[in-house]
Amino acid sequence: MNNSILKNIIRFVGLVFIQVLILNNINFLGYINPYLYVLFILLYPFNANQSLFLILSFLLGFSIDLFEDSGGVHAAACVVIAFIRPNLLRFSFGISYDHQNLRLSTTPFGARLSYIFISIIIHHFILFFLEMFSFSHIIIVLKKTLFSGIFSVITIMLSLIVFSKKYR
Amino acid sequence: MQQIFNFLIRNKNNILFLFLLALAVFFTIQTHSFHKSSFISSANVLTGGIYSWANDFDKYMHLDEYNERLMEENKQLRNVLTNLNDTISVENYTDTTSFDGTYYFRTARVINNNYAKPNNFLTLNQGKEAGIKSEFGVITSKGVIGIVDRVNSRFSRVISILNSDSQINAQLNKTNHFGSLIWDGKNPNIVQLVDVPRQAPVKEGDTIVTGGKSLIFPEGIPIGSVENFKLDQSQSYYNINVRLFNDMTNIGYVYVIENLDREEILELEKEDEQ
Repeated sequence: MNNSILKNIIRFVGLVFIQVLILNNINFLGYINPYLYVLFILLYPFNANQSLFLILSFLLGFSIDLFEDSGGVHAAACVVIAFIRPNLLRFSFGISYDHQNLRLSTTPFGARLSYIFISIIIHHFILFFLEMFSFSHIIIVLKKTLFSGIFSVITIMLSLIVFSKKYR
Repeated sequence: MQQIFNFLIRNKNNILFLFLLALAVFFTIQTHSFHKSSFISSANVLTGGIYSWANDFDKYMHLDEYNERLMEENKQLRNVLTNLNDTISVENYTDTTSFDGTYYFRTARVINNNYAKPNNFLTLNQGKEAGIKSEFGVITSKGVIGIVDRVNSRFSRVISILNSDSQINAQLNKTNHFGSLIWDGKNPNIVQLVDVPRQAPVKEGDTIVTGGKSLIFPEGIPIGSVENFKLDQSQSYYNINVRLFNDMTNIGYVYVIENLDREEILELEKEDEQ
């Protein structure tokens, strides 16, 4: 258990640093950035205390906001996907989630992809919508959601593969 | 009573979620209201310190480029200075106290720069200790960058001209027809000059400079050149797309401008209103 707490703390700090110091400066084609830090929320132990998880997700988004001067847009997006994560898990992994013995690295590829993709799209949509803060720019919001979303999903899948423990 | 407690405990996650979401949205709205963007900004010791540390690498990588820019600027200033000596003899200024000048310049380095979002900010590595206060103008040798917004002891945050809240008074260099400079959030190299009267003889390639109506910038600081223009819906004002002289994605060192007369002018205007 202690090991798990330590691992999550390192993951939290590490992801925030990678996000603000490296990934936020990519600006591919002008505005496309991958948001890798969502990985923390996706990987957080599935059977852990939900209240603590919500608070941690808020803090995660909020630290990104502090660095980016964006108010609370990342915090809002993170809290929303943290809140609906149980539903997403049930939707993507079906019955095996309810048995609480699920590990992301052992799930079928398709289910894993759908879980990550849906989470990312919801997160990005809330993020960019709050950032624009107007209905008249909805096309730009959707465009950004799609392109940044694809980019984020690819980075997240790649880092999952790179850091997977299958080789042990 | 018991039932209320039971209800709260049963729904504690939902309530927590709503609370955190409300908090986040509240912070978001606060940043969208100009001048109220309160306690959350990258100009604090933690984020400022980390950015400043990370920026040291970046600074080193761009030394050549910064040198070149300095040489270019020195060349321009020397040209101006030589021409000045020809026309005005320096000995005339015997009473030096009255020639203090209205503006005071400080230098700072940009340690964090956003340009891809609809509301962009920059962070500078100087703050209150260097005498920087909010509402100071920020420029480079090429043109306008933005206006200082929040300051702490060691860092300050600048509202970039690439921010939908930013509104800077600007005019045509040739004819002094003025308008306000805004950004539509699309291209970090193009900003919009709106409310320029139809009478103004706008041509593509004309230079846009800061206007004299602003208490923040001196008149005539370059901003950009006219890319294209069209009349707005009422057919009486031009909307001009301005291509910035500055590359907003690559800034480096900046000048922070203090208007020494600002307080007095504001005081005078306040008296006028009463």
